[in-house]
Amino acid sequence: MSDIIFEERKDQIHVKGEGPFKLACNRDSLAGAVSQRACVFCGSRVVLYPIADALHLVHGPIGCAAYTWDIRGALSSGPELHRLSFSTDLQETDVIFGGEKKLYAALIELIDRHQPKAAFVYSTCIVGIIGDDLAAVCKKVSAEKGIPVVPVQSEGFKGNKREGYLAACKAMFTLMGTGDTSDVSPISLNILGDFNLAGEIWIIREYFERMGIQVVANITGDGRVGDIARAHGAALNVVQCSGSTMDLAKMMQETYGTPVVKVSYFGIEDMAEALYSVARFFKDKDPDMLPRTQALVKEELAVLYPKLSGFRKDLEGKKAAIYVGGAFKAFSLIKAFRHLGMSVVIAGSQTGTPEDYEELASICDPGTVIIDDANPLELSHYLKEKDVDIFVGGVKERPIAFKLGVGFCDHNHERKEALEGFVGMYNFALEVHRTVMSPVWRFVPRRAGTALADTLEDLPKECAL
Amino acid sequence: MSSVTDIADATAVLDAKAKPLKPKAEPFVSTTNACKLCKPLGATLVFKGIEGGVPYLHGSQGCATYMRRYIISHFREPMDIASSALGEKQAIYGGGPNLKKGLLTVMDKYGAGMIGVATTCLTETIGDDVPGILMEFRREFADLNVAPVVQVSTPSYSGTHMEGFTAAVRAVADQMACADAKTGAVNCFPGFISCEDIRHLKDVFASFGLEATILPDYSETLDGPAVEDYEKIPSGGTPVAAIKAMGGAPASFEFGRTLSDPGEAATAGGLLQSRFGVPLHRMGLPIGLRESDEFFKALEAISCKPTPRRHAMERGRLLDAFVDGHKYVAQKRCVIYGEEDLIVGLTSFMAEIGVIPVLVAGGGKSGRLKAAVHAACEGLVPEMPEVAEGVDFYDIADRARELAPDFFLGHSKGYRLAREMNVPLLRVGFPIHDRFGGQRIRHLGYLGAQELFDRVVNAMIEAKQTGSDIGYGYI
Repeated sequence: MSDIIFEERKDQIHVKGEGPFKLACNRDSLAGAVSQRACVFCGSRVVLYPIADALHLVHGPIGCAAYTWDIRGALSSGPELHRLSFSTDLQETDVIFGGEKKLYAALIELIDRHQPKAAFVYSTCIVGIIGDDLAAVCKKVSAEKGIPVVPVQSEGFKGNKREGYLAACKAMFTLMGTGDTSDVSPISLNILGDFNLAGEIWIIREYFERMGIQVVANITGDGRVGDIARAHGAALNVVQCSGSTMDLAKMMQETYGTPVVKVSYFGIEDMAEALYSVARFFKDKDPDMLPRTQALVKEELAVLYPKLSGFRKDLEGKKAAIYVGGAFKAFSLIKAFRHLGMSVVIAGSQTGTPEDYEELASICDPGTVIIDDANPLELSHYLKEKDVDIFVGGVKERPIAFKLGVGFCDHNHERKEALEGFVGMYNFALEVHRTVMSPVWRFVPRRAGTALADTLEDLPKECAL
Repeated sequence: MSSVTDIADATAVLDAKAKPLKPKAEPFVSTTNACKLCKPLGATLVFKGIEGGVPYLHGSQGCATYMRRYIISHFREPMDIASSALGEKQAIYGGGPNLKKGLLTVMDKYGAGMIGVATTCLTETIGDDVPGILMEFRREFADLNVAPVVQVSTPSYSGTHMEGFTAAVRAVADQMACADAKTGAVNCFPGFISCEDIRHLKDVFASFGLEATILPDYSETLDGPAVEDYEKIPSGGTPVAAIKAMGGAPASFEFGRTLSDPGEAATAGGLLQSRFGVPLHRMGLPIGLRESDEFFKALEAISCKPTPRRHAMERGRLLDAFVDGHKYVAQKRCVIYGEEDLIVGLTSFMAEIGVIPVLVAGGGKSGRLKAAVHAACEGLVPEMPEVAEGVDFYDIADRARELAPDFFLGHSKGYRLAREMNVPLLRVGFPIHDRFGGQRIRHLGYLGAQELFDRVVNAMIEAKQTGSDIGYGYI
């Protein structure tokens, strides 16, 4: 193992129970290590991407736009402008002479063509170096076209994904406070940190609506510029995926006094608690909301529990590994796996904070490996050492699991199954069951070696002619 | 009897179909849904195809991660790309120290047999002198047995992933090959082809009794078997020793009708010819009958052997299939898009089976696409197809809607257009993100042509079946 773990990264891995908990995190990725992380641009792009009636123009060479074309499964109930990939495709001459003119012309062209409600202009590495004045171009176009044109300061090298989240939040915050809030109810909220992957935000919205709450803005799943502009009128911000949108919630709290509750919509306890915490918040305005919410949860669980027990019979005692972008997902997943009779033996994230890891350590079983900013060597090492049955992660983690003959659950931006809400818990269990119980694992080399002869000695004696 | 006006109308329609790519007042400034990828991506694929090779991007962390994700989604295999992971400080003061530190990390932890460093737009723009930094690195660690490091300049603001691919193959030849000894192995620089294509080429060379050094060879590193232990660096790839010997090879094959002139030595084949006098056989990708014939004839000449019976039979069956299937595909209209060398080969193939390529389009800007497409179509099509260089899917969609093709031929990124127009998309090349097994599609040789021909015919049959209420059981 010592030859697998980089010396510089030893304090970014902790095995629960082995000494007092301490984990280094939020530092730059080690040069030469194949980090699973992305960049500032990626952070901004994923947060703003689902805003479906905005133009998202990537100012830079083609790669940054090409690799983010339609990559998130963030669904829209209306316009789908977010699913197109716009770029200024900077060329050598632009790099030498500056890209401002091209940016201006591209913005005018695209705004005329698509009539978006706003435009986000993403800065990439190179723009930060050649020094294009993004803000000035945006201001000029905004004045000419009469829509918000918002620069996103997301130069890739200026930190990690978290800085990108912050840049996205700052960009969204500039839209806020401009919309009409006259029809916003005192019992209302914004959903922050949900991206409507596989239609998840629709599930959550429906719960809130059944509780009698008006949802003002989805930030950003199935998001709309107009809703964000009036989000300051909502009575409460409900924040999931705290890494990505907590900065926005803080800005709104400071400027508009909007209170915040932190939630997760994954798993049974966390989903129920999300609804209860919101109901408790509104208890003075609507005393019946809490009992209504309890009835809702009861109704959902009456459907869910019998279905889960079937899965649990098969899955009892199996082991899981989790490596996700933000740590909040890991908390919920650990609890969700317990409902299936499974234990989590590896838990890690790309961008967890010290507080995240403290919390993670507190809910993990002893012996669990807790890991920050892992790489394929470390992940494969622990997958094998812990002999896991399923790995939960994203696109880059999938081949690591599959190469070793380990089951996999896609818990990423591309997923096509809704995993949030009570129905999401069912979908999750179904997916876990499908992969863990597949017969294919019986045949993979890690479990079965090979059926064929490697050497002459492996041949049966009677075959000698 | 049709009236004169009817004929005039019909002629007008034909004229509309025949006119060259709609002249726009000005080409669009913005790019929507690019039909190309960035330059370093091509380089990483090349380095992944060398034995013990680790691709390494000198830039910020995101580039490596994005490209890994993109490539993994096609091959469904691990694709580790190391990064110098530059931050703000390095962007200001230079990325040299990070580059060196990262190289040591990769050698130490991965046990790399070779590292391929590709630059990114960030490091090109801040002006890092990568050859200089590497020279320093080699000097500083002269006492250690450091792995060979090849570097290639791949700023994404100039050229596409294919220019990056070609440049990386050339860089490997330039920085590793020598002519210290004669070797019997011929060189083959096939360009960006599928894993199955590489395996097929190996088979073909072997059946002519020829040893071949195919560069790159990611047929195992990006399409490997299930393993018992995760391999830090998957086995397979062009052996380093074979690459070093390339300068002493009896001949080089290099595929691509839009590559720069061999005399410019801007490709590996051109370089080895001018530097070491290795005779170069430059030809198109062997796609379809005629281009495959050219390849096999060259193999016959170099090996001094007639084509082995199994390939002659493959060719015979292909021709038999052309005859059996020609009416299903005759005069069907097809839009072909993607990488320039690939689409030239596909166009040549479609033209020879009686399909009419109406638009051939790519994101590259070699300046040689039109001539290559016209040469491929000469004498086979009623009119030359429109040829569009440097276009995106906005441009392609714009023309395709007017040209009303019967099918599209290209990678996955045309899916939404094909879906909008409700015509089949036959997926070839890279990336294939919305189907399974893209790395196992065979495009090359008589077998590749056979497989692709069957797919085209069946797509047309299926379109006819689904477009009819009758439910034909025999077609």
